[in-house]
Amino acid sequence: MSEIKEMPAVWISAGACGGCAVSMLNAVAPSIKNVLIDEVVPGNHISLKFQVNISAGSGDQVLKAIEDVGQQEQGKFLLIVDGVVSTAEGGIFCTVGERGGELIPVVQWVLELGRKAMAVIALGTCSAFGGIPGARPNPTGVKRLMDIFKEGGVNTPLINVPGCPPHPDWLIGTLAKVLMAGLPKPGDLDDWLRPREFYGMLIHENCPRRAYFDEGKFAKKFGEPGCLYELGCKGPITYADCPIRQWNNGVNWCIRSGMGCQGCTQPEFPDFLGSFYEKITDVDIPKIGEYWQKQED
Amino acid sequence: MGKIVIDPITRIEGHLKVETVVDGGEVKEARCSGMLFRGFEKILEGRDPRDAQLITERICGVCNHCHTTAAALGLDSAFGIADRIPENGRVMRNLTMGLHQIQDHILHFYHLAALDYVDVTKVATYEGNDRILNSIRAFISRGQLAPFVPRYEGDYRFSPEVDRELVSHYVQALEMRRKGHEATAILAGKLPHACAVTPGGMTEVPTIDKISTLLARVKEIQEFVSDVYVPDVIKVAENYGDYFEIGRGCGNFLTYGLFDLDGKDPDYTTRARLFKQGSASTDLRHQPLDLDQINEWIKYSWYEGDTAGLHPLDGETLPNPHKEGGYSWIKAPRYRGDVYEVGPLARITVGYAAGDPAIKGLVQSVLNHFEASPEVLFSVLGRHAARALCALHTANSLQDWLLELKPDQPAYIDYSIPEEGTGVGIVDAARGALGHWIVIKDRKIGKYQCVVPTTWNASPMDGQGTPGPIEQALLGTRVRDEQNPFEIVRIVRSFDPCIACAVHLLDHRGRELRKYIIS
Repeated sequence: MSEIKEMPAVWISAGACGGCAVSMLNAVAPSIKNVLIDEVVPGNHISLKFQVNISAGSGDQVLKAIEDVGQQEQGKFLLIVDGVVSTAEGGIFCTVGERGGELIPVVQWVLELGRKAMAVIALGTCSAFGGIPGARPNPTGVKRLMDIFKEGGVNTPLINVPGCPPHPDWLIGTLAKVLMAGLPKPGDLDDWLRPREFYGMLIHENCPRRAYFDEGKFAKKFGEPGCLYELGCKGPITYADCPIRQWNNGVNWCIRSGMGCQGCTQPEFPDFLGSFYEKITDVDIPKIGEYWQKQED
Repeated sequence: MGKIVIDPITRIEGHLKVETVVDGGEVKEARCSGMLFRGFEKILEGRDPRDAQLITERICGVCNHCHTTAAALGLDSAFGIADRIPENGRVMRNLTMGLHQIQDHILHFYHLAALDYVDVTKVATYEGNDRILNSIRAFISRGQLAPFVPRYEGDYRFSPEVDRELVSHYVQALEMRRKGHEATAILAGKLPHACAVTPGGMTEVPTIDKISTLLARVKEIQEFVSDVYVPDVIKVAENYGDYFEIGRGCGNFLTYGLFDLDGKDPDYTTRARLFKQGSASTDLRHQPLDLDQINEWIKYSWYEGDTAGLHPLDGETLPNPHKEGGYSWIKAPRYRGDVYEVGPLARITVGYAAGDPAIKGLVQSVLNHFEASPEVLFSVLGRHAARALCALHTANSLQDWLLELKPDQPAYIDYSIPEEGTGVGIVDAARGALGHWIVIKDRKIGKYQCVVPTTWNASPMDGQGTPGPIEQALLGTRVRDEQNPFEIVRIVRSFDPCIACAVHLLDHRGRELRKYIIS
């Protein structure tokens, strides 16, 4: 039997709803079983040392498992963070475990582990950009993980995999790329540190209802055919490959179900341009071909 | 006398700490603490009311579909259209909620709870041709056992044969719960955080191809629940029979009912539902639901304000993590002034007490197997059995609902947002009674309030110092090995706690929270 390389990983859930984790359970090929048990890429196994929804152990034994990875695998492990990292009052609004009777704020965990990791994945729009708990009035002082790292002097490579929740392929594809090709190279990520292969194009550019838009046929009421622009669709300003990839093993996705895109992969989510049901107005709507024009320029 | 602090409790949703004091091997004190606070209701204020179901579902990635459904019901009532949702909309909401809850129950039993009973490492000695088990044996042989080890040791009771079968089902169940989400998404858009549930109905229109693929999919899911999930719960009960006597709890049960069978009654407390609304205690006498009997206490929660029990819409909340005596971000809701458990056991107990023949039949079949009286239901195993029976009763209904759909007919009705108004949306989430209250002011959200299942179950002590349901279930429990307190985690997990849901900022009555923000 050839040697199998173990890639240790720790998944810290900050102020999370669990949606990122459940979305990862929806992975099809590879399945979550393939990821946890099998070689996700031949010769490579991801050893998930801690994930709060999956780990068998509880309490001190899992805290020790996390700390052991930090100490023994320095510079070798992947850190995945989902959920908002809140900073108000020293981070007391979200804690995991205690040391010497003192609660440990999750912001402390991500700084400690982030400093020691080989790379960090901010999974989901909450940890990447603040998401809904970071929306106005941001009651718990949520900050983007990239900003927390910058302020805390953490220089570990960071990849944002946003989405509310992210599509499982976006995380697993990102992990597979790290295993097969190493850390992202210049140009692999966009300005918001999102992998271009998943977030490189606007929803609008690949939308199956795009022809309605170009012809000016707009749905006025849910359930009608037509472009959903006037019902609040954020597809024209949202970067993700949902129209091509589709969701839940390809059975459906937001716009196909008759609801507009909510813009959940964007740093502006959810506070940009009003309600999910209100038409976006003060942005330039890209035209067909504009993307390619930009590439050629 | 020893103190056992378990933080974090894993294999639940969210940040939960449980602290017990054990004396003479028995739990004398128990405290349940929610360790996350995000402030959702505060974030909702001033927004377009229609956004509520898309925002509140993001309170929880596990119960998301329950929140979106409760919010849509609340908005329907605030918009005055609760009795005018097209039949397709009502049925599609039932179908998506039903499929979502079944996958949630499967997730809970196999992936959250089962590792308390099933020993994955016993697969190491497997010699056979099963591909799943051989892949797990190969995994074990590589020596990196995370995330299945570390764990508590010393009380895994299955024979290697049964153990391996359950490990194999753990893997099959991963696939089956994924398929549950896929089926839900066919009508709801995507999961988690569906988009097609909307005030007025659903944005999707049912078509013949969607109905026909769902007929095949619900059959597969129903067969898994009936042929694998329910028998596996029975296997656990046969091998861990002492857990029929552990984790009894408060003995009062509350449910808001689940799955609207009639869309014409605008009052959700009396509307015909598959699982009936109401309350019951261990005496099994059914009482109708009265929402005015709910109040919330904050004496032991990290909030400033009135310490008297207030109705959710009157509650006042100002977070103070340094409050003297406080030990949780979770408030303490009470019903009729008393402690009530919510969840599948409440749905089953209330349905049984109300004389629902289908539920009585399901319960009796389990009780007959163990030659037991209904009393045994009030326990750790009773909660697991009730959850499986809820999944089965729901799964048995899906096909009929699919056939009620009228292809290509609307599932949505238009409405206008009123200047002012109030609404309430109540429904049982997988984990229990879920209520959303909304006040509309100037066509915006003036106030929003959610009282969620785990707020009930994981609540701290109330104003009278009476412990919450999980705390009561822990009190008096014998802990055989304080280093491996299986009893505590098995009791806690039997409630299927969901802390992301349980903790959210309520109202602040004009007082700014900004002083907590470090800029």
